Amino acid sequence: MQATNIFLLLIGIGLFGFYLVRGRSLAIANPLGGIRQLHSLPSYYGMHAALWCALPPLLILGFWLMFDEPVINSIVMNSLPSDLAPTNTSSYNLLLNRVANIANGILPREGQTIGLINAADNMAALKVTSRWSMTLLLLTVAMAGLTWSWYRVSADFRARPAVEKVMQNLLLACACLAIFTTIGIVFSVLFESVQFFRSVPIYDFVFGLEWSPQTAIREDQVGSSGSFGAIPLFVGTLLVSAVAMFIAVPIGLMSAIYLAEYASNGVRTYAKPALEVLAGIPTVVYGFFAALTVAPFLRDLGASFGLSISSESALAAGGVMGIMIIPFISSLADDVITAVPQSMRDGSLAMGATQSETIRKVVIPAALPGIVGGIMLAISRAIGETMIVVMAAGLAANLTANPLDSVTTVTVQIVTLLTGDQEFDSPKTLAAFALGLMLFTVTLLLNIFALHIVKKYREQYE
Amino acid sequence: MNNRTDTLSKIQHSLTRRNRAEARFRWYGRCAIFIGLLAVAVLFFDIISKGHGAFRATYINLDIHYDPELIGINNLADNEQLSAGNWQALSKTALRNKFPDVSGRQDKRRLNKLLSNGAGFDLKDHLLANPQLLGKKESVWVLADDDIDTYFKSWLDGDAYDARMTDKQVQWIAQLYQEDLITLKFNSNLFSRGDSREPEQAGIRGAVMGSFLTLIMTLMLSFPIGVSAAIYLEEFAPKNRWTDFIEVNINNLAAVPSIIFGLLGLAIFINFFHVPRSVPIVGGLVLTLMTLPTIIITSRAAIKSVPPSIREAALGMGASKYQMVLHHVLPLSLPGMLTGAIIGMAQALGETAPLLMIGMVAFIVDIPSGFSDPATVLPVQIFLWADSPERAFIEKTSAAIMVLLSFLIIMNTSAVWLRKRLERRW
Repeated sequence: MQATNIFLLLIGIGLFGFYLVRGRSLAIANPLGGIRQLHSLPSYYGMHAALWCALPPLLILGFWLMFDEPVINSIVMNSLPSDLAPTNTSSYNLLLNRVANIANGILPREGQTIGLINAADNMAALKVTSRWSMTLLLLTVAMAGLTWSWYRVSADFRARPAVEKVMQNLLLACACLAIFTTIGIVFSVLFESVQFFRSVPIYDFVFGLEWSPQTAIREDQVGSSGSFGAIPLFVGTLLVSAVAMFIAVPIGLMSAIYLAEYASNGVRTYAKPALEVLAGIPTVVYGFFAALTVAPFLRDLGASFGLSISSESALAAGGVMGIMIIPFISSLADDVITAVPQSMRDGSLAMGATQSETIRKVVIPAALPGIVGGIMLAISRAIGETMIVVMAAGLAANLTANPLDSVTTVTVQIVTLLTGDQEFDSPKTLAAFALGLMLFTVTLLLNIFALHIVKKYREQYE
Repeated sequence: MNNRTDTLSKIQHSLTRRNRAEARFRWYGRCAIFIGLLAVAVLFFDIISKGHGAFRATYINLDIHYDPELIGINNLADNEQLSAGNWQALSKTALRNKFPDVSGRQDKRRLNKLLSNGAGFDLKDHLLANPQLLGKKESVWVLADDDIDTYFKSWLDGDAYDARMTDKQVQWIAQLYQEDLITLKFNSNLFSRGDSREPEQAGIRGAVMGSFLTLIMTLMLSFPIGVSAAIYLEEFAPKNRWTDFIEVNINNLAAVPSIIFGLLGLAIFINFFHVPRSVPIVGGLVLTLMTLPTIIITSRAAIKSVPPSIREAALGMGASKYQMVLHHVLPLSLPGMLTGAIIGMAQALGETAPLLMIGMVAFIVDIPSGFSDPATVLPVQIFLWADSPERAFIEKTSAAIMVLLSFLIIMNTSAVWLRKRLERRW
């Protein structure tokens, strides 16, 4: 039976259990003088049964599906005759694929060695056995749950607290998913990075000045050892982010100040959402805009002044990224500026300061921690931004600080290293995870620090 | 006396200076807003001016003779014959009859290049739908090649782009135009077909379906989980370090670069759990993890906005804490949660980078029909087309962007509308 069918069946059993046991609780309550004699409402007895019917089998189903394939594979591979037994991981995977394809009828059976055919038959048989024994086990567990909750029903069985306790744990599990995600991220990048640092020393990676992630197909190939020095990538990322911040910070900050302090209500109601449109546009659209409109425009503009601007310049990618970040900075700054107490402004205005002097000498210094926090969040966003740079920045890792040149960034390299078919354990693909680790660490530190500042600031005026 | 006028004139003097500074400062603000709005306007203008042409395609009118001999078939029910049939000959012959004085191999090839190389198969489909046409003649509008399409559109606009055209082809087009045999018609292929290497045959149907399936998957997972987590954190969580830790995690995840979620999906779902690549299931899983923080944060805000008096009244009537939440708090905060869910889905719809990591970037012609069919999504399709060298794909890309942006605008305005309509002020 298909996993989805089993899933639906279990849900069905749960519903059946609900109505059955609810009916039983009503039947018990009637001779006693109505449902007021029960500890809980009848539907709680039903819920109790439904949870007992469906929840344990669903958990078992999840675990079974997780472990059924690897177990079958290892049984099949271990049963191979010794002359076919694989010698290393890649031949293991190749052989496994071949057996699976024969078992699924994708490869013809004719012309295969007898050992492989036996293994394929073995695999198919094991799969059928696994499915049926799983179905049987799940149905048994569901029935046991149903029987258990059926016998538990009595006038003084505390069904509601029992149900609520399970619900509470389910809610807690959902909340903890955030922690599991973080752990998952840390482990997935850390694990692969450690493997990477086994073949490339960590010092060479962090301080190396040359990045050319070519790995050889043959041992004796020319230029077979790629160099994995990440400094050019870090510099490129910082350059693009710097260009972005150079555009986004002044424009975002000034528009936030204008909207918060000067603009009439009419302007505010229209200009604010219109600016926020920029935040809702997908990054791939910005990437297209940067690569096909802004970059050629800048190149032609540069040519007319006799400047040579690369068509994949950091200026184009960073500039468009800056436009994307404007609403991010302006809405964060708007929040902190409006949080500055009016009494501070009144005090300054009463001393004869003009409005702009009040803003520059009183409001901004008071809001500074919040603004700095917002800018740091924006920087972390610029560093992690992917699509704009993938489409508009270059691939060549130039170590330069000239924004008119083409540079590459960490995220661009992660995407180029991981799209397409590669062996999963070559240093080339593992390098992407090491870059991911760097990116995650830097953005995490920036975020924690920025969120801390913003939180502190908010408490100050509350 | 003298001293006082001195001070006054000093103040006067500095006052003009300060007022000028004030006016300048205001102008900076106005300029900043103006630049921001200008960026919005330029972006939309650029996309629309590049992409509006893609909604119409060039068609050439030909007198097609459905000659069984020419195609090499005699029975329309025989699948083997159908797939072996020489369908391209239909349009090629018709074209040669139209321009009988074309001779020479090269010229003939150029002539055939006027039509899309899928034209024969379109005629096949047309014939299969109308079997009585076999052996008869009919005048049919046949899809033109993408180079012709680009040239014809730019020529109509008065700025002919003929870099990929020969002089003869230009002449033929002019002749066809004089005889009213070439025209622009609504490009239904754009909405009814999957991806293709040929720009004139490429459509966004597959990508739209892929996006739809991925979003359904995301919504089914992230909304219940997000709401449950929000309820737990707002109503049940004890104030302790564990809860603080969960909150810090959620806030940080909201700011983690999306590409990191792609790495997570690749390492955990694909390499560890062996979920197949490129399918909406794995896309939905990754996007769920990515949108969860957004949904949790907005749902918490919605729960917070329900006044405590409601809770106290429910508890005072003897409701248990769960009954209070399920019967009162949840229904009252649902509009806010739905708004948050729509915003989260809009974010997921526009996301590209994590999906590149999990293989949703493959070239997929078939239109996906289930959660486990290989698929791509609209933003990734845009990325793929933007990378294609053919000039006609620029137009297509912009059109796909217009479709994506209209979906996003619809989602965001409905979120705003929903909030205005259902929001309760206490």
